[in-house]
Amino acid sequence: MIIARILGTVVATKKDERLSGKKLLIVRPINVDGSDTTGYVVAVDTVGAGFHERVLVVAGSSARLAQGMKDVPVDAAIVGVIDTVDVKEL
Amino acid sequence: MQLARVIGTVVATIKNESLKGRKLLVVQTIDKNLQSIGKPMVAVDAVGAGIGELVFWCRGKEASFPFKREDTPTDCTIIGIVDSEQHVTR
Repeated sequence: MIIARILGTVVATKKDERLSGKKLLIVRPINVDGSDTTGYVVAVDTVGAGFHERVLVVAGSSARLAQGMKDVPVDAAIVGVIDTVDVKEL
Repeated sequence: MQLARVIGTVVATIKNESLKGRKLLVVQTIDKNLQSIGKPMVAVDAVGAGIGELVFWCRGKEASFPFKREDTPTDCTIIGIVDSEQHVTR
Protein backbone atom coordinates (compact mmCIF):
# COMPACT_ATOMS: atom_id res chain seq x y z
CA MET A 1 0.00 0.00 0.00
CA ILE A 2 1.13 3.53 -0.58
CA ILE A 3 0.45 6.76 1.20
CA ALA A 4 -1.16 9.40 -0.99
CA ARG A 5 -2.79 12.80 -0.78
CA ILE A 6 -6.10 13.61 -2.42
CA LEU A 7 -5.72 16.29 -5.05
CA GLY A 8 -9.10 16.35 -6.74
CA THR A 9 -12.11 14.57 -8.09
CA VAL A 10 -13.05 13.00 -11.39
CA VAL A 11 -16.58 13.05 -12.75
CA ALA A 12 -17.46 10.49 -15.42
CA THR A 13 -21.10 10.11 -16.34
CA LYS A 14 -20.57 7.31 -18.82
CA LYS A 15 -18.66 4.49 -17.22
CA ASP A 16 -18.81 0.78 -16.58
CA GLU A 17 -22.08 0.18 -14.76
CA ARG A 18 -20.30 -1.59 -11.92
CA LEU A 19 -18.57 1.72 -11.22
CA SER A 20 -21.79 3.68 -10.91
CA GLY A 21 -22.18 5.29 -7.51
CA LYS A 22 -18.46 5.04 -6.80
CA LYS A 23 -16.50 8.21 -6.05
CA LEU A 24 -13.38 8.71 -8.16
CA LEU A 25 -10.55 10.77 -6.72
CA ILE A 26 -7.20 11.94 -8.04
CA VAL A 27 -4.44 11.06 -5.58
CA ARG A 28 -0.72 11.79 -5.59
CA PRO A 29 1.68 9.38 -3.88
CA ILE A 30 3.60 11.08 -1.06
CA ASN A 31 6.64 10.16 1.02
CA VAL A 32 6.32 9.05 4.64
CA ASP A 33 7.48 12.52 5.75
CA GLY A 34 4.52 14.04 3.91
CA SER A 35 6.48 15.55 1.00
CA ASP A 36 5.02 15.23 -2.46
CA THR A 37 6.29 12.94 -5.19
CA THR A 38 5.41 13.21 -8.85
CA GLY A 39 2.58 11.64 -10.79
CA TYR A 40 -0.96 10.81 -9.85
CA VAL A 41 -3.44 7.95 -9.82
CA VAL A 42 -7.22 7.89 -10.17
CA ALA A 43 -8.54 5.76 -7.32
CA VAL A 44 -11.99 4.66 -6.20
CA ASP A 45 -12.93 5.84 -2.72
CA THR A 46 -14.28 3.19 -0.32
CA VAL A 47 -14.08 5.16 2.94
CA GLY A 48 -15.44 8.65 2.28
CA ALA A 49 -12.14 10.53 2.13
CA GLY A 50 -12.01 14.27 1.51
CA PHE A 51 -9.85 16.84 -0.28
CA HIS A 52 -6.21 17.06 0.81
CA GLU A 53 -6.46 14.15 3.27
CA ARG A 54 -3.69 11.58 3.55
CA VAL A 55 -4.99 8.18 2.56
CA LEU A 56 -3.93 4.58 2.06
CA VAL A 57 -4.15 3.36 -1.52
CA VAL A 58 -4.14 -0.29 -2.53
CA ALA A 59 -3.08 -0.99 -6.10
CA GLY A 60 -3.46 -3.94 -8.43
CA SER A 61 -5.98 -6.75 -8.20
CA SER A 62 -6.03 -6.40 -4.40
CA ALA A 63 -8.07 -3.23 -4.88
CA ARG A 64 -11.02 -5.44 -5.82
CA LEU A 65 -10.88 -7.19 -2.46
CA ALA A 66 -12.03 -4.12 -0.55
CA GLN A 67 -15.55 -4.30 0.79
CA GLY A 68 -18.00 -3.15 -1.88
CA MET A 69 -15.49 -3.58 -4.70
CA LYS A 70 -16.20 -7.19 -5.65
CA ASP A 71 -16.02 -7.63 -9.44
CA VAL A 72 -15.63 -3.87 -9.94
CA PRO A 73 -13.08 -2.98 -12.66
CA VAL A 74 -10.58 -1.03 -10.50
CA ASP A 75 -6.84 -1.27 -9.92
CA ALA A 76 -6.52 1.42 -7.26
CA ALA A 77 -8.74 1.86 -4.21
CA ILE A 78 -8.59 4.18 -1.22
CA VAL A 79 -8.99 1.89 1.82
CA GLY A 80 -8.10 4.15 4.75
CA VAL A 81 -7.81 7.73 5.97
CA ILE A 82 -4.51 8.19 7.77
CA ASP A 83 -4.45 9.75 11.24
CA THR A 84 -0.72 9.53 11.91
CA VAL A 85 2.44 8.14 10.35
CA ASP A 86 5.21 7.52 12.87
CA VAL A 87 8.58 6.69 11.33
CA LYS A 88 11.83 6.17 13.24
CA GLU A 89 15.09 6.46 11.37
CA LEU A 90 17.12 3.47 12.44
CA MET B 1 9.18 -11.67 -1.56
CA GLN B 2 11.67 -9.09 -0.37
CA LEU B 3 13.60 -8.29 2.76
CA ALA B 4 12.68 -5.14 4.61
CA ARG B 5 13.15 -3.30 7.87
CA VAL B 6 10.13 -2.14 9.85
CA ILE B 7 10.66 1.59 10.37
CA GLY B 8 7.33 2.88 11.58
CA THR B 9 3.63 2.58 12.15
CA VAL B 10 0.53 4.00 10.50
CA VAL B 11 -2.71 4.74 12.33
CA ALA B 12 -5.92 5.00 10.31
CA THR B 13 -9.17 5.11 12.25
CA ILE B 14 -11.38 5.36 9.20
CA LYS B 15 -10.64 2.41 6.97
CA ASN B 16 -12.34 -0.15 4.80
CA GLU B 17 -14.33 -2.56 6.97
CA SER B 18 -12.26 -5.47 5.72
CA LEU B 19 -9.07 -3.94 7.19
CA LYS B 20 -10.53 -3.54 10.67
CA GLY B 21 -8.18 -4.75 13.41
CA ARG B 22 -5.18 -5.09 11.10
CA LYS B 23 -1.83 -3.57 12.11
CA LEU B 24 -0.25 -1.26 9.53
CA LEU B 25 3.53 -0.85 9.50
CA VAL B 26 5.93 1.20 7.38
CA VAL B 27 8.58 -1.04 5.80
CA GLN B 28 11.76 -0.01 4.04
CA THR B 29 12.95 -2.56 1.50
CA ILE B 30 16.62 -3.52 1.84
CA ASP B 31 19.06 -5.38 -0.36
CA LYS B 32 21.21 -8.39 0.56
CA ASN B 33 23.75 -6.06 2.17
CA LEU B 34 20.96 -4.67 4.35
CA GLN B 35 21.12 -1.29 2.60
CA SER B 36 17.89 0.58 1.90
CA ILE B 37 16.56 0.46 -1.64
CA GLY B 38 13.51 2.24 -2.99
CA LYS B 39 10.81 4.04 -1.08
CA PRO B 40 9.11 2.89 2.12
CA MET B 41 5.75 1.16 1.76
CA VAL B 42 2.85 0.57 4.10
CA ALA B 43 2.33 -3.12 4.84
CA VAL B 44 -0.30 -5.09 6.73
CA ASP B 45 1.24 -7.23 9.46
CA ALA B 46 0.41 -10.96 9.43
CA VAL B 47 3.04 -12.19 11.89
CA GLY B 48 3.28 -9.70 14.76
CA ALA B 49 6.38 -7.77 13.69
CA GLY B 50 7.68 -4.72 15.53
CA ILE B 51 9.67 -1.59 14.79
CA GLY B 52 13.34 -2.23 13.94
CA GLU B 53 12.83 -5.88 13.01
CA LEU B 54 14.09 -7.47 9.84
CA VAL B 55 11.16 -9.00 7.98
CA PHE B 56 10.18 -10.25 4.59
CA TRP B 57 7.09 -9.20 2.75
CA CYS B 58 5.21 -10.13 -0.38
CA ARG B 59 3.30 -7.92 -2.74
CA GLY B 60 0.46 -8.31 -5.18
CA LYS B 61 -2.71 -10.30 -4.75
CA GLU B 62 -0.83 -12.96 -2.82
CA ALA B 63 -0.45 -10.44 0.00
CA SER B 64 -4.05 -11.12 0.99
CA PHE B 65 -3.53 -14.89 1.32
CA PRO B 66 -2.47 -14.88 5.01
CA PHE B 67 -5.87 -13.40 5.84
CA LYS B 68 -9.38 -14.11 4.64
CA ARG B 69 -8.15 -14.07 1.09
CA GLU B 70 -11.25 -12.91 -0.76
CA ASP B 71 -11.81 -10.17 1.71
CA THR B 72 -8.63 -8.33 2.69
CA PRO B 73 -7.54 -5.47 0.41
CA THR B 74 -3.78 -5.45 0.78
CA ASP B 75 -1.01 -5.48 -1.82
CA CYS B 76 1.84 -5.56 0.68
CA THR B 77 1.95 -7.91 3.70
CA ILE B 78 4.67 -8.83 6.18
CA ILE B 79 4.75 -12.63 6.14
CA GLY B 80 7.85 -13.48 8.15
CA ILE B 81 10.37 -12.21 10.69
CA VAL B 82 14.07 -12.91 10.06
CA ASP B 83 15.66 -14.34 13.22
CA SER B 84 18.62 -11.97 13.12
CA GLU B 85 20.88 -10.12 10.68
CA GLN B 86 23.39 -12.99 11.03
CA HIS B 87 20.80 -15.26 9.44
CA VAL B 88 21.01 -13.36 6.16
CA THR B 89 23.88 -15.12 4.41
CA ARG B 90 25.31 -13.55 1.29
